[in-house]
Amino acid sequence: MSIETYTGIITFAAGSFLLAAVLIVWRRGLRATISLLAWQGVALGAIPIANGIHQGAWMPIAVGIVVIALRGVLLPLLLARAARGEAHGAREATPLVNTTAALLVTAALTMIAYAATRPLIEHSPSPGTRAAPAAFAALLIAVFVMVSRRRAMSQAIGFLMLDNGIAATAFLITAGVPLIVELGASLDILFAMIVLGVLTDRMRLSFGDTDLNQLRELRD
Amino acid sequence: MALSIALAALQVLMVLVGAPLVIGAMRQVRARLEGRRGGGLGQPWRDLRKLFRKQQITPEGTTVVFRAAPFILLGSTLLIAAIIPVVSLGSPLDSSGDFVAVVGLLFLGTVALALAALDTGTAFGGMGSSRQMTVVALVEPTILLVLFTLSLRVHSANLAAIAGGTLENPAQAFSLGRVLAFASLVIVIIAETGRLPVDNPATHLELTMIHEAMTLEYAGPRLGLVEWASGMRLTVLLVLLANLFFPWGVAPASPGAVQILIAVAAIAAKVAILAMALSVGETFLAKLRLFRVPELLAGSFLLGILAVTASSFLPAAGR
Repeated sequence: MSIETYTGIITFAAGSFLLAAVLIVWRRGLRATISLLAWQGVALGAIPIANGIHQGAWMPIAVGIVVIALRGVLLPLLLARAARGEAHGAREATPLVNTTAALLVTAALTMIAYAATRPLIEHSPSPGTRAAPAAFAALLIAVFVMVSRRRAMSQAIGFLMLDNGIAATAFLITAGVPLIVELGASLDILFAMIVLGVLTDRMRLSFGDTDLNQLRELRD
Repeated sequence: MALSIALAALQVLMVLVGAPLVIGAMRQVRARLEGRRGGGLGQPWRDLRKLFRKQQITPEGTTVVFRAAPFILLGSTLLIAAIIPVVSLGSPLDSSGDFVAVVGLLFLGTVALALAALDTGTAFGGMGSSRQMTVVALVEPTILLVLFTLSLRVHSANLAAIAGGTLENPAQAFSLGRVLAFASLVIVIIAETGRLPVDNPATHLELTMIHEAMTLEYAGPRLGLVEWASGMRLTVLLVLLANLFFPWGVAPASPGAVQILIAVAAIAAKVAILAMALSVGETFLAKLRLFRVPELLAGSFLLGILAVTASSFLPAAGR
């Protein structure tokens, strides 16, 4: 693969990764958010695959395929299954921050991410590190999504975005993440999601709702 | 020099003649998709002829602001048509009018119309101009951001240089920044020209109208001028969209006769395709609630910011 094609693919993957994060802030519908998350997972997986083809190594390609299978297909499916139970929960009805303000915050976070990662790019300017600010911005946006949504499902989506952001930053900055490390991290996420899914179900059974603001105290 | 002036005159003439046809084509596409027969391509021209034959009426208590607004709207739009690369890259005004000037001219017309609506002193006029200003305040920075994104690559604020830069380096035409900028500019054009889902140009529903509320007191020839100029604004913006992002076919600074003919055909085809695509899209959309419009515009502003950051930080393909 020529360096131009490689740069193009990395740029496009990082860009659509960031775009998915931004659209998750924009859209309130749970189903739309989940499909955007799947798109983000696929864009994430494309980065190590492009790295692998560029370097001629099979390990990053395997990591990329695992990432796509898990974060692009399996986790969104799990989430969609959990979301089916949400009665009127198809929308994040009363977010803590309204959409317009949230979009402007997102814009500010993106700028901060680009400013903060500047030294990193100057340190070693390669196509990967130059696209890293996009991953970093997605990470910040994910934290914002986690704190600004009320429902358990939306917060879980924010958590997954956060992990996607960390993984994307790792893929872009380092030469490559070993398969075993990536597998470990992915397994962690998978278990966390299953536990969250069970927890959401239990919450809905006991309270009929998953609005976290209504949880006042811990009970046994 | 004489050639470039003649070409600028040709551009103005094309926009003058073409704008009602663009509106006609959009209405016709929409009518067909909705299962109606439609008035035909020339209907806006027939409407204009009818309006210009009518008696001139000036509402009581209005001042020169009301009477001058249609001419300011028309004049600023025609000036833009002479500056931007419609047919050729060598406009005689290109050195004095960069994209900031073009955006300024665009909003000069908007402000003139809003002031005229206030001048009538009616409730609807005030409501319409307040809504229009709300939209414009969000639209203007976005248009500037988008054009700024495009000008970053060529290191020039001139629209002809931006179009020429893409012609010289077609590999850059599909970078991420440009894709984002394109999406952002489409939303902004829809908002600025009052199309669905921001404003419905086909109705006069008092709860939701924006542009129609401002032009409510106009009648006869002046209404004709306002309608014609609004059509031209849409046409000019579509030309800008077409030639900044897909400049293929535009004639160079000093073209031959064949190149001019190709350029005229190319721009007519591009604008027709864009207008029809816009119209097809509109058919499937319902109007947004007025309070959700800022949400849409904030989204397009964000896309604009992402476009600027993407094209200034992310590595360019092929560099």
